[in-house]
Amino acid sequence: MTQSRIAEGRPAVVPHAAQSPHTQAPGSTAPAAPRIVEKVTGAKSVVRSLEEAGAEIVFGIPGGAVLPVYDPLLDSTRVRHVLVRHEQGAGHAATGYAQASGKVGVCMATSGPGATNLVTPIADAHMDSVPLVAITGQVGRPMIGTDGFQEADICGITMPITKHNFLVTDPAEIPQTIAAAFHLASTGRPGPVLVDIPKDVLQSETTFVWPQDLHLPGYRPTMRPHSGQITAAAKLIASARRPVLYVGGGVLKARATEALRHLAELTGIPVVTTLMARGAFPDSHIQHLGMPGMHGTVAAVGAMQRADIIVALGARFDDRVTGQLSTFAPGATVIHADIDPAEIGKNRVADVPIVGDAQEVITELITAVGVEQAAGVVADLTAWWAELDDLRATFPLGYDWPSDGSLSPQYVIERLGKIVGPDAIYAAGVGQHQMWAAQFISYEKPGTWLNSGGLGTMGYAVPAAMGAKMGRPDAVVWAIDGDGCFQMTNQELATCAIENIPIKVAVINNGNLGMVRQWQSLFYGERYSQTDLGTHKHHIPDFKLLAEAYGCLGLRCESKEDVDRTIEAAMAVNDQPVVIDFVVGKDAQVWPMVAAGTGNDQIMAARDIRPLFDE
Amino acid sequence: MTRHTLSVLVENKPGVLARVSSLFSRRGFNIHSLAVGPTENPDVSRMTIVVAVEGLPLEQVTKQLNKLINVLKIVELAPAAAVQRELLLIKLRSDSTARPQIVSIVEMFRAHIIDVAPDSVTVEATGTSDKLEALTKMLEPFGVREMVQSGMVALGRGPRSITSSASRAD
Repeated sequence: MTQSRIAEGRPAVVPHAAQSPHTQAPGSTAPAAPRIVEKVTGAKSVVRSLEEAGAEIVFGIPGGAVLPVYDPLLDSTRVRHVLVRHEQGAGHAATGYAQASGKVGVCMATSGPGATNLVTPIADAHMDSVPLVAITGQVGRPMIGTDGFQEADICGITMPITKHNFLVTDPAEIPQTIAAAFHLASTGRPGPVLVDIPKDVLQSETTFVWPQDLHLPGYRPTMRPHSGQITAAAKLIASARRPVLYVGGGVLKARATEALRHLAELTGIPVVTTLMARGAFPDSHIQHLGMPGMHGTVAAVGAMQRADIIVALGARFDDRVTGQLSTFAPGATVIHADIDPAEIGKNRVADVPIVGDAQEVITELITAVGVEQAAGVVADLTAWWAELDDLRATFPLGYDWPSDGSLSPQYVIERLGKIVGPDAIYAAGVGQHQMWAAQFISYEKPGTWLNSGGLGTMGYAVPAAMGAKMGRPDAVVWAIDGDGCFQMTNQELATCAIENIPIKVAVINNGNLGMVRQWQSLFYGERYSQTDLGTHKHHIPDFKLLAEAYGCLGLRCESKEDVDRTIEAAMAVNDQPVVIDFVVGKDAQVWPMVAAGTGNDQIMAARDIRPLFDE
Repeated sequence: MTRHTLSVLVENKPGVLARVSSLFSRRGFNIHSLAVGPTENPDVSRMTIVVAVEGLPLEQVTKQLNKLINVLKIVELAPAAAVQRELLLIKLRSDSTARPQIVSIVEMFRAHIIDVAPDSVTVEATGTSDKLEALTKMLEPFGVREMVQSGMVALGRGPRSITSSASRAD
């Protein structure tokens, strides 16, 4: 009947730690820490809150409504602000930072256009479950709703693309709101949280009190899986004849890659890693079949299609993985483990649903499968592996050299991966170069592959690489970009050059919007409508000169003989950003391919070659 | 197309109705009616949502609703186990000759006349959708000037309360 009764039996008050549940950032507040109380302005309260929440880096651009925050920010020794050139760059840099470091990424913008420029990276982070906190200034409270200068209802705009958002109307609520934002962003299924703060709230006098507890009665993510479901899953896994571990980005988010390897080796089950999960299981591992989906390997797609048991771990049966849903994995019993209950049964009925954190799910599965095996239930996968080995031997990933003598983009990316190695971080844009980077680079470690999977945001690579380099300064960070993507966000090269963030950029320059052109080649009768960007024909822009104009080292490579040498030249430079313009052929295509709207059985290893299609 | 009645307890905070309605429109769920109001606890509001489900399980609706941070609890109220009411106000053309006939219909339906003028009467009625539909059908011949109907509100039968943890839906 009362609030207390509603709260019964659940943790209405969440003890919270700064940053993600997995890492306790230095300087963060543990619940036992002494209570901090200070007399400050709202703006100072924002900065103090960011400090206490463990934010080390904020990417942003100041402007009218958020200006009050930038004044105390100047004095903060714990929060470094990186001035970007476009708010979209701030958002993607924060997601790149978050994905490379495992911490919450933070971006900041002013009201109106500043805030709306964050919409794309916020939507991107929402689709890919990246922990992101966006702080936006808002017009003063008396102006809200009057169509004031630089007013936009950013809470209304971002409602469907955030995990949650807040409009702060009382300066006293700033600390608890920012603490809640960090908690929501980093726990459960991670995601973006926006905090919109009116200018007069920032300017008013208030008290800064860092909260000991958070009051989020409607938020209670399930971390521990149901033991009965684990047992049911383990029984199926132990007795499966044709099982597959379908690994998604959730395994990386939960830092469960070691446990995954243990489970895979314990059971001998083949593993496929989705675009979001590249690096979650070593590519060199004998049990790894590669990436499933539209441009996945024939072995990975074939394994899913022919499986009797699919064990989905932190994956969401996205349409790019399943193809036509009605013909996806027709014979498979599905065990679906995810921290978000809404993903389970959304696209594909789950026979054994498991809600929980991937780390806890996999750890408990290892124990439960061990019990089955000790009881003598050990699956014989010899015939299954023989079938899969035959598929991967017959249809390995490969590519043909362009017949016109131009440079092969796949070769460039393959060499890049070989020379740079598995310790580097690779951030891709969206399109052909992204798929080739997912296919032809070997990912051995978690957190080494960043891309925009769900939203498919062209322009992600350069700012994400910038953020990743800030999050892991000791790692070599490469952006692998297309000439179309690169022209959407390359202004952040100025940020990189000035702030001393020495990323390296490989522009796979085929002069075209390559993936669109590929679809026009295959499905629109080779009618190339609006896909020629002119970067070959007119050399506009000249990427080498553009790089130099931005204070970067600009290199160009046009022949196979120069590929290794140019990559090595870029690797030798560590004191400034490097951009390589790889001028490649425009007719290279991404294969294998499941054409949109068709079933995965129709996968084409190359044009018109359908290895799984019996008729 | 099947209809389900959901009772949703939400935090009484600005924007909660927008979050719920935008979720329904974004996910393509059909709201047949939605009523929201205060509860015995000032921090909690209660929404009664009648959702029309076609081709997707109700489960997906409740799971997506549960993801909203401000949603505290969701309970489906089965028609047989709940009392359900809507409110109807209907303004009719009525001169002195029609008025007695209207009054007799109103009495049969246990409705009330809440406003009267020389050439109109306004009738108030509460009940289930079926009852209000039947009443409307009986009154239509007199001439409807205007009408308004609320969304459904509902409570489970018996002593149990959805605000107690014993009957939590999840």
